[in-house]
Amino acid sequence: MSLTSAWSITAAARPPRAAYVDYPLGHTAGKPFDREDQRAIVLGALRTLAAPHSGEIVDLGRTWSDDDAWKDRVLRPGGASGGGVATGDERSERRREPMWQNEDDRVAAEARHEAGPCGECVGAE
Amino acid sequence: MRQPPVDYLARTRSLYDHLGYAPYRWHRSDDAVALVQPVVPLAECTVALVSSGGVYRRGQLAFHHADDVSFRVVPTDTLTADLRATHFAYDLTDARRDPNVVFPIDTLRDLAADGVIGGLGPRSYTFMGGIYSTRRVREALVPPLVAQILADHVDLALLVPV
Repeated sequence: MSLTSAWSITAAARPPRAAYVDYPLGHTAGKPFDREDQRAIVLGALRTLAAPHSGEIVDLGRTWSDDDAWKDRVLRPGGASGGGVATGDERSERRREPMWQNEDDRVAAEARHEAGPCGECVGAE
Repeated sequence: MRQPPVDYLARTRSLYDHLGYAPYRWHRSDDAVALVQPVVPLAECTVALVSSGGVYRRGQLAFHHADDVSFRVVPTDTLTADLRATHFAYDLTDARRDPNVVFPIDTLRDLAADGVIGGLGPRSYTFMGGIYSTRRVREALVPPLVAQILADHVDLALLVPV
């Protein structure tokens, strides 16, 4: 089963069970630190276990804010603005080196991999 | 004012036209996948969490942003504070503040503690979506990923795409 916040992409891929949230990309499983919202969404996805037909997308009825103005800017030319809601073109440069969240992560990963593969980075070591 | 769901297929097509790129070829399934009916109720199901949000654990290698078809095995008892996120195509601000927005590990741990699900599998799985070659996803990413999930003997997999 799949959660989704991109109805059109999921409708094309046709997973057997799917549940939709009308949120900006990057929030498929809920709003940050909103445990109630996150629980309702994941539970909604899990309940598609009882779906009678393959390929249906269940709309969980979750909305991001009082209006949908954020949708006007999604994937429009003009660049990213940040701040938690995807606006414009969010893509970064496609570089073939690890893109660490923190410099400290690089140090921790190098230390861990010094003796060889960790077995958890499948296809990357 | 309410609007219908964002049509990412149409917007991507239009953005790529504007940038002079070749059209993106989305995956389309021609056939519906047959439903596999659960053999146990949800409250007894062991769940595998699979996310394409680019999450990795501190100590693991970060994903690169050029069609990375590797995946990370994230032990289910990982501390949330040790989770990181990197991805080339979405705003990471919230995923880095609260990884549960794309990798609902605490949400599932709570549901397991409350008896709503039977439990989580021993490992969760993450990769970075936005891979431009669907062929590479099918041939390089999916087979080893599915083999590992099946080896965990879970009852269902929850995919959280971004």
